[in-house]
Amino acid sequence: MGIDIKQLYKTFSLKELRKGLGVTGRQLFRKKTTIMYPEEKTPKSPRFRGLHALRRYPNGEERCIACKLCEAVCPALAITIDSEEREDGTRRTTRYDIDLFKCIYCGFCEEACPVDSIVLTDIHEFHMESNGERLIEKLDLLKIGDQFEAEISAARKQDAPYR
Amino acid sequence: MSEIRNYTMNFGPQHPAAHGVLRIIMEMDGEVIERCDPHIGLLHRGTEKLAESKPYNQSIGYMDRLDYVSMMCNEHAYVMVIEKMLGVTPPLRAQYIRVMFDEITRILNHCLWLGAHALDIGAMSVFLYCFREREDLMDCYEAVSGARMHATYYRPGGVYRDLPDSMPKYAATDRHSDDETRDRNTDREGSLLDFIEAFTDRFPGCVDEYETLLSDNRIWKQRTVDIGIVSPEKAKALGFSGAMLRGSGIEWDLRKKQPYEVYDRIDFDIPVGTNGDSYDRYLVRVEEMRQSNRIIQQCIKWLKDNPGPVMLDDYKLAPPSRENMKGDMESLIHHFKLFTEGYCIPAGEAYAAIEHPKGEFGIYMVSDGANKPYRLKIRAPGFPHLAALNEMSKGHMLADMVAIIGTQDIVFGEIDR
Repeated sequence: MGIDIKQLYKTFSLKELRKGLGVTGRQLFRKKTTIMYPEEKTPKSPRFRGLHALRRYPNGEERCIACKLCEAVCPALAITIDSEEREDGTRRTTRYDIDLFKCIYCGFCEEACPVDSIVLTDIHEFHMESNGERLIEKLDLLKIGDQFEAEISAARKQDAPYR
Repeated sequence: MSEIRNYTMNFGPQHPAAHGVLRIIMEMDGEVIERCDPHIGLLHRGTEKLAESKPYNQSIGYMDRLDYVSMMCNEHAYVMVIEKMLGVTPPLRAQYIRVMFDEITRILNHCLWLGAHALDIGAMSVFLYCFREREDLMDCYEAVSGARMHATYYRPGGVYRDLPDSMPKYAATDRHSDDETRDRNTDREGSLLDFIEAFTDRFPGCVDEYETLLSDNRIWKQRTVDIGIVSPEKAKALGFSGAMLRGSGIEWDLRKKQPYEVYDRIDFDIPVGTNGDSYDRYLVRVEEMRQSNRIIQQCIKWLKDNPGPVMLDDYKLAPPSRENMKGDMESLIHHFKLFTEGYCIPAGEAYAAIEHPKGEFGIYMVSDGANKPYRLKIRAPGFPHLAALNEMSKGHMLADMVAIIGTQDIVFGEIDR
């Protein structure tokens, strides 16, 4: 049984451990990849699928015509719609509820909507304070749509050639 | 003299090293595992049953949530079985996009596996480095599909949208100077393909870093060499697939043995291990990351040269473009039909499997001619791997249990389904 000098050298020089420490050591002087949230955020693609919104036409009329395609296509059954004829004879929703706990953010509702009414915005930071708030209703959705219309339409425009 | 008995111990289900909600009942003799019994089902969501009540396309999103670290690969098996039953072939460009994203997914999965496995064994920094790379790939996911994880991007007949020509950029903030912001955005100036190309140029160096930290490290070797040895015969008998099988020295890879999509046009190698221990499986997976990188590079080259459709031009299967839908009555009818009723698949049955990062992920589907599956069976690779936990851990120490769970690359989304 001879003593393997090479093996001894390896064992006592801690060569591979030093090399590993070298990797972590070099990291100290590299560019930092940390994003200082919330002061700065990661870039978001125009295709981002976040919180829902209902849009309006530029003249202020709501887009949704209660065709219920989104309700039919929703895999999680998160959308509930009731509709009635309005005084002017057009078909409109009287109830448009989205259950945010059921929604799986697959984007099928936006894909299905023939009038670009229901959209998934790029808002991903939202919270609720009580259980009941998970249901967002038609007026809330329209409000989100009104507030972020500029961003929503810019993102749709950017992505239009691909759809 | 008092009687000495085996000690029964619980591991999990809320243990960070259990990789999800795994509960193991272990019978211990001192610190040696005599027998272990994994209990599963804590994450059962009934995906197979759910799929029976929905038109085919609506279940794509649920496939992402099976193995939630390799999302697009799950979708791939699902859309492939539908395509097989319908007898359609997606356009070539869609096939290349799928192969590219399958390999991106493989790197995503192996990065998480490596980081978590190393963290379980005690190496902190690998986890951080792996997640740094994962972040870039998540951005690729988001750029094509709009979601960082649950993409819902593949569709029967192709993929939903073509690759974008621009990448989102970092906005300037007070935290960073203009130069730093410009520096961060250098890779994001071009298209998505340019972004991925920059990643593939950088990635082999990152893998070298991981290997410097782990491959020769004596602590890593002490914890993985000769732990959980599976002989080739045993691996076959236990129904192993993927890296678990290749780690035991069997050269089996569906991408080579039953090429699907465009894998037969792509040049890559299958790494195999020799001893079938945890260390060999680690080496196999690390080499797989390098090979995936090679495949992505070849796909980028092809995709840059060959623009074209990414979806079949068949309105019975794929919805018409939005512009078309809004201007043409016929298209609008197709649009409504597809999003309410979907499409019907002729009665019959089919099995389609892909080389998932974890092994053979297959979907067996029976159709009775309706617009939803009559029965769907998901063949999850993790299930037979976990079933072999007793075989692999018998006679090892308690601490080795963590290494063995890590080397199996267990994800509960697919095992519990």
